[in-house]
Amino acid sequence: MLLEVRDLHVEFRTRDGVAKAVNGVNYSVDEGETLAVLGESGSGKSVTAQAVMGILDVPPGRIAGGEILFKGRDLLRMKEDERRRVRGAHMAMIFQDALSALNPVLTVGAQLGEMFEVHRGMSRKDSRARAVELMDRVRIPAARQRAGDYPHQFSGGMRQRIMIAMALALEPSLIIADEPTTALDVTVQAQVMDLLAELQRELNMGLILITHDLGVVADVADKIAVMYAGRIVEAAPVHELYRAPAHPYTRGLLDSIPRLDQMGQELYAIKGLPPNLTAIPPGCAFNPRCPMAQAICRTDVPPLYSVTGTPARRTSACHFWKECLGG
Amino acid sequence: MPEPYDPLQPGDKEAIAPTGAGGPMDLAIEEAESLEKTLGDAPGPSGPGGKARSLWSDAWHQLRRNPVFVVSALLIAFLVVIAIWPQLIASGDPLKCDLSKSQEGSAPGHPFGYDTQGCDVYTRTVYGARASITVGVCATLGAALLGSLLGGLAGFFGGWGDATLSRVADIFFGIPVILGGLVFLSVVTSTTVWPVVGFIVLLGWPQIARIARGSVITAKQNDYVQAARALGAGNTRLLLRHVAPNAVAPVIVVATIALGTYIALEATLSFLGVGLRPPTVSWGIDISNAASQIRNAPHMLLWPAGALSITVLAFIMLGDAVRDALDPKLR
Amino acid sequence: MGRYVIRRLLQMIPVFIGSTFLIFIMVYALGDPVAALFGDKAPDPATAARIRKDLYLDRPLWEQYLHYMGQIFQGDFGTAFNGQPVTELMASAFPVTLRLTLVAITIEIVVGITLGVVSGLRRGRTIDTTLLVLTLVVISVPTFVTGYLLQYLLGVKWGWVRPTVSPDAPLNELILPGIVLALVSLAYVTRLSRTSIAENTKADYVRTAVAKGLPRRRVITRHLLRNSLIPVVTFIGTDIGALMGGAIVTERIFNIHGVGYQLYQGILRNNSPTVVGFVTILVIVFLLANLLVDLLYAVLDPRIRYA
Repeated sequence: MLLEVRDLHVEFRTRDGVAKAVNGVNYSVDEGETLAVLGESGSGKSVTAQAVMGILDVPPGRIAGGEILFKGRDLLRMKEDERRRVRGAHMAMIFQDALSALNPVLTVGAQLGEMFEVHRGMSRKDSRARAVELMDRVRIPAARQRAGDYPHQFSGGMRQRIMIAMALALEPSLIIADEPTTALDVTVQAQVMDLLAELQRELNMGLILITHDLGVVADVADKIAVMYAGRIVEAAPVHELYRAPAHPYTRGLLDSIPRLDQMGQELYAIKGLPPNLTAIPPGCAFNPRCPMAQAICRTDVPPLYSVTGTPARRTSACHFWKECLGG
Repeated sequence: MPEPYDPLQPGDKEAIAPTGAGGPMDLAIEEAESLEKTLGDAPGPSGPGGKARSLWSDAWHQLRRNPVFVVSALLIAFLVVIAIWPQLIASGDPLKCDLSKSQEGSAPGHPFGYDTQGCDVYTRTVYGARASITVGVCATLGAALLGSLLGGLAGFFGGWGDATLSRVADIFFGIPVILGGLVFLSVVTSTTVWPVVGFIVLLGWPQIARIARGSVITAKQNDYVQAARALGAGNTRLLLRHVAPNAVAPVIVVATIALGTYIALEATLSFLGVGLRPPTVSWGIDISNAASQIRNAPHMLLWPAGALSITVLAFIMLGDAVRDALDPKLR
Repeated sequence: MGRYVIRRLLQMIPVFIGSTFLIFIMVYALGDPVAALFGDKAPDPATAARIRKDLYLDRPLWEQYLHYMGQIFQGDFGTAFNGQPVTELMASAFPVTLRLTLVAITIEIVVGITLGVVSGLRRGRTIDTTLLVLTLVVISVPTFVTGYLLQYLLGVKWGWVRPTVSPDAPLNELILPGIVLALVSLAYVTRLSRTSIAENTKADYVRTAVAKGLPRRRVITRHLLRNSLIPVVTFIGTDIGALMGGAIVTERIFNIHGVGYQLYQGILRNNSPTVVGFVTILVIVFLLANLLVDLLYAVLDPRIRYA
């Protein structure tokens, strides 16, 4: 297994108390595999990714427990310098907003080339040449000239390509993409997503795709993990999940996608708001919003039930997953 | 009408890096820009249950718990009381001096000793608060009113008025403060505080005008202002009900800090001999007189200088605390 | 870039005219330069009238101003009270003040930015809080108080330095006055860089730099500092002019015969050519410093260069 996150806990200290952003997350990705992590904002999907990358803001953040195994080694036990060498070279991250994620005062050529200078010890000239190659590879027109341009001189789609190029620079084995297309125009979204998927196949990388867009997921993901209030409430191969969700929250998400064959009907919406992370409700965190909630949901935290396969290929954190799956 | 973003326009860059003509008057603008931006985003206090109401009450709530604010506010209250009724804590007459006691140290009833003229240093230090506070308060009021009026109107209406104002402000910024004071005030013979107040207002208003202009421009670009305009609100109503309440916070903060620096400026001018003149009792004059005698009688310098520094510090700390409270980003 | 410079230069012209005219009015309209020329003696009316005519003093103010500016651009700044040409005074005074300002700016940059970066990177820790309080105190104590205090303590009481500066003002004697002159600005630079660093530490591009696996040192020097120092550099640029103006207080304390000293003498003796001449030069320095800042701004921030 390329990456395994085991029972990860992350907390943030805030003015209103300790916010439990991640509460026992487990997931794994293999080479060439795409895991989509789905959830509303505040569900802990980005925080988990930051913990994996080791770019959590500490403080106020704190990893309260768990393991992050990358190629069998626990990243959380590595020394900072060792961890740094993993970042960028073996695992890389693509951010949502490329305009703010790129340094405004350095040329894109310099920012791309920096990867080779730091991790490979290349000369500035050689690394600049590699930067141009990279830009070519993500299909930026006139790469040689444009390497001397600054981020604000590119269009949104081109900037996101540069982000992708930067992540791919050292051909890492794992890429984490945090809502890579959210900030883009709909027409450009598909192009960027296709490019990412294509390069992933080519380099046989593991990809963790963080998103709240169910449409994107269906096209590119192999498996899917749905997060709610810092937990994975359902994990499944993508088609099984779409066919029959085993958690009421997933069902709610799927039902709230507008569908052409149901025109004229009122769109479903999950009632209520995501919980305050400093005061997560007892029992199942979703129970105040859940249409299927019973007394047990308000008292007992549901364990991860195995839905199919041993070891589980598919899990659900719902006391009534069978009813959900059936109904 | 939204302006294109030009970072070199006055009111943008200058808010980060004051181009003021130097000296103590610059100090006020620090970090005012971030405040301006943050506040520009908050809806007006006039709106029903508006966020700005909670911004102000939130700020007040935070201020009350901030020891820096409490200490500086109490200190300022004390100073104001002393400025109005110095007799409360000093029974003597600051102008009644006894040359035979020149530069003597402390004695019963005269804890700070005597200055070169044989005047009681304690009494003079207490009475000195009046001139400093008067100059500080009047100059700040004048500069703040004139500056926010001109800057606010220029920012709101734009056009040639705005352009003219910016150029005029540039001219005043082109005059180094202390030099300007030396030139302007050296020809004045009045012994009242008014020429000094007038001069500080003259060179101080452009700074406030820039802040006011900038925050009005930010505020009027807010969606709810545009919405009010679309709903047919007139200019007067827009300006008074929607823009002004949001633009006023940065001005208050800058003015508070400016008050402290104006007091320091008055003292500097008095020290150079062109500010306040005897028989007005002023810390600046006393420090100037004491400075030449520092080897013989350091106590003469210590007390007025300490009083001056603490007064300036109190106002700057107050402004600092208010700014922190009004800027949610910094929490 | 070239057009940008020209535009800024053209914008400076009205400001220059406005500022100098304002000074000109104050000096010439309110004082009587002829009476000052004669000191305590009552001038002979005929002589006085002749001098007035020679000095264009019988003309309207704007004509006087034009005449004066015309002379200035021919290098004629008039005569000082002691009969010396003002230009000679300038030649002796400006280098001294320039040296003093240079010392101050250097201290301001080195110490101010270092302290600001240190406290910005350790926001909320003891060192940060201590520095914040210290800067507030430094800002609050007026320069002339710190000046006399340091002069008394270091110069008189402990005898570490010469309390006053000798007439030719060598660099090593200017260190203490330089510190005094720089102190308030230094506190300012510290606060400004601290805020800027602390704000930029949370910026997305810094997080990207960390995610790229760059060593901490490189993240700070190459990514964080460059962006954070833009406002600081512009502040320091504008401060050049401000410091030269503010030097008047420092020069008085340490008896330095620079611009402030000459100006002060000019004002005391009501010698208009000295005052207006020196102030005009200072205004030019100030405006040029502002131009320099704008250019620096454009060099440091490509978003402006290509706007």
